[in-house]
Amino acid sequence: MRLLNRPLGRLSRHRRGPVAGLLVVLLGLVLTGGLYAAFSPASARENDSAAQIKSGRQLFLVGCSFCHGSNGQGVKTLDGNQLGPSLVGVGAAAVDFQVGTGRMPAVQLGPQVQQKEVTYTPDEIAELAAYVASLGPGPAIPTASDYSLAGLTDAQREEAIARGGQIFLTNCTACHNFEGSGGAMPRGGYAPKIRGVEPKYIFEAMLTGPQAMDNFSNGNLSVDEKRDIIAYLQSLQDNPDYGGFGMGGIGPVSEGLFAWLVGIGSLVGVATWIAAHTARTSKEKAES
Amino acid sequence: MAPDNLPETTHGDHTPVATHEPIPDPGLPAHQWRPTDVDPKAERRAERQVASLFVLAALGAVGFIASYVIFKVGDNPDTIANLGASNLMLGLCLAVTLLGMGAGMIQLARKLMADHEIVEMRHPAASSQADREAAVDILKTGLDESGLGRRPLIRNTLLAAGGVLGLLPVVMLRDLGPLPGDKLDHTIWDIDTWTPEMQAWWTTQNRTLQRVVRDVVGTPIKVTELEIGDLVNAEPEVMFAVDAETKQPIVEGTQLLVDKSKAAVILHRMLPSDIVSAQTLNWSVDGIVCYSKICTHVGCPISLNERTTHHLLCPCHQSTFDLADSGRVLFGPAARALPQLQLTVDDEGYLAAKRDFTEPVGPSFWERG
Amino acid sequence: MDLDTSKIADTNRGTPATAKKPNKAGAVAGWADDRLSLGTLTRVFARKVFPDHWSFMLGEIALWSFVVLLLTGTFLTLWFNPSMSDTVYQGSYAQLRGVPMSDAYSSTLHISFDVRGGLLMRQMHHWSAMLFIAAMFVHMMRTFVTGAFRKPRELNWVIGSLLLLLGILEGFAGYSLPDDLLSGTGLRIADGLVKATPVVGTYMSFFLFGGEFPGDIVIPRLYILHVLLIPGLLLALIGAHMLLLVFHKHTQWAGPGRTEQNVVGFPMLPVYAAKAGGYFFMVFGVTALMGALLSINPIWKYGPYDPSKVTAGSQPDWYMGIAEGLLRIMPNWETHIWGVTLSWNVMIPGQILPMVLFGMIIAWPFLEQWVTGDKREHHLLQRPRNAPTRTAFLAAMVTVYGLLWAAGGNDILATNFHWSLNSITYFMRAAIFVIPPIVFYVTRRWCIGLQRADNDRLLHGYETGIIMRSAEGGYAERHLPISEDAAYTLTARQRDEVHEIESEVDENGVAAPGTRSDRIRAKLSQGMYADNVQKPTAEELEEARHHAEHSHELEAGLDHPAAGHEFDDHALRDADDVPLRQH
Repeated sequence: MRLLNRPLGRLSRHRRGPVAGLLVVLLGLVLTGGLYAAFSPASARENDSAAQIKSGRQLFLVGCSFCHGSNGQGVKTLDGNQLGPSLVGVGAAAVDFQVGTGRMPAVQLGPQVQQKEVTYTPDEIAELAAYVASLGPGPAIPTASDYSLAGLTDAQREEAIARGGQIFLTNCTACHNFEGSGGAMPRGGYAPKIRGVEPKYIFEAMLTGPQAMDNFSNGNLSVDEKRDIIAYLQSLQDNPDYGGFGMGGIGPVSEGLFAWLVGIGSLVGVATWIAAHTARTSKEKAES
Repeated sequence: MAPDNLPETTHGDHTPVATHEPIPDPGLPAHQWRPTDVDPKAERRAERQVASLFVLAALGAVGFIASYVIFKVGDNPDTIANLGASNLMLGLCLAVTLLGMGAGMIQLARKLMADHEIVEMRHPAASSQADREAAVDILKTGLDESGLGRRPLIRNTLLAAGGVLGLLPVVMLRDLGPLPGDKLDHTIWDIDTWTPEMQAWWTTQNRTLQRVVRDVVGTPIKVTELEIGDLVNAEPEVMFAVDAETKQPIVEGTQLLVDKSKAAVILHRMLPSDIVSAQTLNWSVDGIVCYSKICTHVGCPISLNERTTHHLLCPCHQSTFDLADSGRVLFGPAARALPQLQLTVDDEGYLAAKRDFTEPVGPSFWERG
Repeated sequence: MDLDTSKIADTNRGTPATAKKPNKAGAVAGWADDRLSLGTLTRVFARKVFPDHWSFMLGEIALWSFVVLLLTGTFLTLWFNPSMSDTVYQGSYAQLRGVPMSDAYSSTLHISFDVRGGLLMRQMHHWSAMLFIAAMFVHMMRTFVTGAFRKPRELNWVIGSLLLLLGILEGFAGYSLPDDLLSGTGLRIADGLVKATPVVGTYMSFFLFGGEFPGDIVIPRLYILHVLLIPGLLLALIGAHMLLLVFHKHTQWAGPGRTEQNVVGFPMLPVYAAKAGGYFFMVFGVTALMGALLSINPIWKYGPYDPSKVTAGSQPDWYMGIAEGLLRIMPNWETHIWGVTLSWNVMIPGQILPMVLFGMIIAWPFLEQWVTGDKREHHLLQRPRNAPTRTAFLAAMVTVYGLLWAAGGNDILATNFHWSLNSITYFMRAAIFVIPPIVFYVTRRWCIGLQRADNDRLLHGYETGIIMRSAEGGYAERHLPISEDAAYTLTARQRDEVHEIESEVDENGVAAPGTRSDRIRAKLSQGMYADNVQKPTAEELEEARHHAEHSHELEAGLDHPAAGHEFDDHALRDADDVPLRQH
């Protein structure tokens, strides 16, 4: 009885006060807003707010406009060559790929822009992508569900990987090699190594055709086909090296090198051992 | 034979050359013993070495048998450090066995076997004069007794018979393959070359123009589906045709590969203003060009396209072709331009071939002209 | 009743043998000898002498690799299905399930993934094929540069060249059998090479493939070539090669006790048999090690052959590399004339040049004999430096070979070193003409320089590193004579003669027949021998030594080994009369 009859606390006395209702509403708003901010999925794609585009433009003006123009329209040199191409219509996917893999900003202009350390943070990349996307409609950054095999049965997964392999061998290995080790293009260009590259970037590269690479738009290779190719590449990486170390995955050239250096080298070494002068002594053998 | 190391004669004409040879042959050096010959401790040590190598070899063999039983292969193979376990362990055990045996035998020979050098005299490679004369006599006698020398009719008819007999194996090889005829001049893009089965399927389609379809998946292509810069690896649609009743592909197996080796094509979309030659423009549809995928050098399939320059590079020997200019050769060992396929759009809006290539596809050959 | 059996004949030879206690091994040997004369064979062959040097074992690498190929290859034939009939794969390798392919490819996948030891045997087979051909090359180079192909061994050289050619063809046939993408691309290129043949090209192509490429019969045909016809030829030629080696006996290096009339070394039984047998196991073992650790020809990643698919970095196995290089750097010359096409761009690199190169290899012993006029038998080897033109020629040819190899891998070079593909091709087109003559010249002068150094050592002894100061204040380095053995080794070679034309016309002014070729021959002979440093005559040697003895003051006090040279020979010396240097 004493529990029920204890005197009321200080807070409780204010429960019927004039500002009590206002405080409750404020508390409710804070809670709801805070929970929403904490638990809602943060997606850069869905968040093309004007703020993102604005900060993206700031970043663009500082780091990209020298070659691509202050409005992304591209810059032509005096003798008619292109310094940086127009970015109108390349879409967020192209920016995410180029900046996210470190190719852009380009530092060393040559036959092909090299991949190097990434200069921007993921947020900054998202902002740049939003800005460039705002210049003109273009391919969007893919979501993970575009290239994941989740939701498929084992049999369907296996079929997708096998089909992906056939599509890969038809469309991609001519430039990138059977294991994705890369290959040569004319005049110093090259198709880079795609083994070990994030699935998102592979998808974006196919979609946007960076530098001299052809496009494989969704009308050329559908989203499912791209997914299958990525799944196949993943499976290649996940597989054990059945026969031993791969020696770089470039085929007969490295095999021949190893045959000569390791094989003939060690066997000539063994021959030298077999025929070498053995230790001699000046002592005489005791006649037994 | 001349003394020490001097050759028999010097000039080809038997005139001797000055023989002021500076240093006489000191003879074989005296034999020197090895430590394993004179020192029993060294000898036992070498014995232990050789024996342990042989034991190692035996252990390797046991390891091989164990690995064979233990490590699984198949669709879920065992792995060690991301390498195939069966291959690795079988191979390493086999290597230990073999290298142990080899090293043991070699060490035995080097350290423990008697190693006196022995001298063996050579004999001239030529037979002796007496033997040569005897041989000539024998041959003469044989020829004489055969009577062939005196009987030219028999000798000549024998030679003639032998010569004709030698032709028989050559004749027997005629059916190795069919004659080329004009097969190399046509591809499966030409409906007139189709088998009855393919023709039967075609009549069910109720169309006149064969579509260009995506490779592997076989879907037809609309102009609007392709963007500028797209490169499509494509095939004629009959390669994906399926018989309505049996549900079997109409072209399959080795026949499919034979057809692919000439009919494979690539589609590339570029800006119509980028196209240089009139023929390429006329045979394109809205900037979409279609070329043979088979290199005119020695036949590798090409799909390395440099989008920015529309130069197509063959991976085998680096022949480079200009897709905007009738497939003209820009670099490399190919001598002829890449054949272009004239594109058009059929009634339903899909890309189709107007007709077959107008020149033979693939590597050059004599009759190509 | 005991019979005295001691006098009963137990053979059917002339005289009754004394009865001995029966020995099982002896009984068997006796049974065999009664029918095969094994005793005579053993007497003749078992103690045959083989000289000992590491460079003599290079041919053995090839021989034992061949045995490994036979063993591993037989294993593979038990599972391989040489058929191009199509099937749909449903085996262990998940990435290819549901993919249509030939039986040959499917059975190779089966061997790789479902047969225990199958992948190992496949890899060992491929590695030892590469070693086989590489070993033939190094063996050939050794034989060439030491002059071991000279009379009476020219025929063995020809047999060896044929073995090399057959080995290369065998390797090509072998790696084409699995019908995978990479080797199928190689077959496509081979078809292109065949089609380029004038007049009969298309017929040859259709006959080879049984119709249009790829047809359905080339794999079974290559199979029978690979497991029966070419191995049969290889075995026969290897047998002939070995037979000639035993008949002529092996060549040897010059040295004390070694002459043109003898051969010094170890007997077949037991030493050489142990060393050669041991080497067999080592070759086998190294191949097994490579098969265990290094993945070769992963056909599952290439996929089955499809004429519309290709991989970047398509190269043949290394031994076809020079043909590939030639094909890549060849300019695109083609003639269209009178309704026919002559594809120089394919014929020259693919057919004509390989035949020319091979012809040069086969013809070399005869060419050299023509230039030098040397009709003597040779059983002592020449040091490479003593035949500078020949050695330089080999160096130049190896350079050409290496450049063409590099040209064959120009796309790999371009990717790895970030070079321009086109620039590499242009460079190679010039390099194969410019660089080999430079290498030839440099090597030749290098050899002649080494000859001069040898001559200096012979005449003036070796440098001891001790500088003596004479009374007048002059400095001189003390030389000590090299040992008799070393000096003999340096002089145990023949003098070279430059071929001179006796006279171009006879006494009546009639031009001698063959003058033109004689003049060429004289010029070549001059080029070959003119700069060689011939060994000194006995008089010259005496004079040089005599001259050395005059520097008495420089010899004072040095009757013991120079500091640091006490242990110059291999023996642990404790005697004063042992020569100071054995080498």
